[in-house]
Amino acid sequence: MKFNLGAVIHEPGSTKKNKTGGWRAMRPVLDKEKCIKCGTCWVYCPDNAVKKNEKGEFEIDYDYCKGCGICANECPVKAIKMELEKK
Amino acid sequence: MTEMVVEASMALALGAKLCRPKVIPMYPITPQTHIVERLADFINNGEMEAEMIHVESEHSALAAFIGSEAAGVRTYTATSSQGLALMYEILPIVSGNRMPGVMSVANRALSAPINIWNDHSDAVSARDQGWIQLFVESTQEAIDTTIQLYKICENHEVLLPGMVCIDGFTLSHVCERAIVPEQEAVDEFLPEYKPKIMLDPEKPVSIGPIAFPDSFMEFKKQQQEAMEKALPLIGKVHDEFAKKFGRSYGNGLLEQYRMDDAEYALIGMGTLTGTARVAVDEMRKEGKKVGLIKLKSLRPFPKEELIKATEKLQGLAVIDRHFSLGFEGPLYTDTRSALYGKGIRIKNFIAGLGGRDIDIKRLKKALNDTINGKEGGWLL
Repeated sequence: MKFNLGAVIHEPGSTKKNKTGGWRAMRPVLDKEKCIKCGTCWVYCPDNAVKKNEKGEFEIDYDYCKGCGICANECPVKAIKMELEKK
Repeated sequence: MTEMVVEASMALALGAKLCRPKVIPMYPITPQTHIVERLADFINNGEMEAEMIHVESEHSALAAFIGSEAAGVRTYTATSSQGLALMYEILPIVSGNRMPGVMSVANRALSAPINIWNDHSDAVSARDQGWIQLFVESTQEAIDTTIQLYKICENHEVLLPGMVCIDGFTLSHVCERAIVPEQEAVDEFLPEYKPKIMLDPEKPVSIGPIAFPDSFMEFKKQQQEAMEKALPLIGKVHDEFAKKFGRSYGNGLLEQYRMDDAEYALIGMGTLTGTARVAVDEMRKEGKKVGLIKLKSLRPFPKEELIKATEKLQGLAVIDRHFSLGFEGPLYTDTRSALYGKGIRIKNFIAGLGGRDIDIKRLKKALNDTINGKEGGWLL
């Protein structure tokens, strides 16, 4: 890690390097069989950690998901389960 | 150069003016007010080119100080007592952002009970917040130290903010003879400020971001390394100043008076050391081998210099103008820690709180008690 004088940041967008997924205690696990691709999780995620892939499926970006569980709570078909994070 | 009899506050304002700060965020508080009032006069009269920002509190004054430093210009402010206390939240942000501005502190007691007179409780309470702190004895030293401190703080190996601490009233409102250096000479000694960290549209940066637990300690360690680099630089800049302007104050970190063959000594900061010189002279006439150490730099603390200055001593009386309630005088704590294991009898005397007089009699008592092996205490 580089420690710039006075903690000054010289490059824009460097926050992306901070993988906040490391803070997660509970891990959302999406069951693609149950998922109806409604996009509710994508709308509600406060960290933009739900992504839509080329096939139109939703995926969770574990680099930035903090495990808040809002997606699991909002999912109308209960396709997301919160599981204890094990590292 | 101009020689004049001048109030120390006016002298400090003249000293600050000579350093050509471009921004002065200010909020008045006794006994500091005269300093910024004079600077306001200079700006109003067209004698000084600077932006004075009249803010709504000391907290805002130091916040504006950060804005000015971030814009990359030399910045100055001044405060006292509760004003410094209100700035407290911002003090470590200035130093953590590595912003090398200078602030004068006209030292005054902290309330309650409310008290506008001198002691060191304001600045000494703030000593752990990453500011270089230099305590001065005279009007002349206040001017000279301000000029030196900008040069020390702005050095790219240091980049720390600094405080020039002058005793409220005891120095700030006293008129003394002083020499005000020529602008041209000061410009040669202190060239235009070249910022290392600043906001620049050509090279955008973020100042003041969050540091997570995996990096915070490294940034704090960098500040300590800067303090360690500042220590010899304070001496170097002092010597350079002495060579150019013909005035010196010990080695810039501490000053010794009649210490050559001294067996016992006083150590203290600020104006009390002026009185202490007389106390030492009187006791020398009584045949006692006593001396004085004037500590100028509280942070960074000149540990090795103090060890050297005290190596022939049997006893040392530490005069604290502040008290860490629940323990002891902070200067005593620092001194004893620096001299740990050196076999010197060190005693702590608390004096001059809230403007209580520190006279020759009290200082002689402190020295005599130390010589006679008595305990320290409060010089009420």
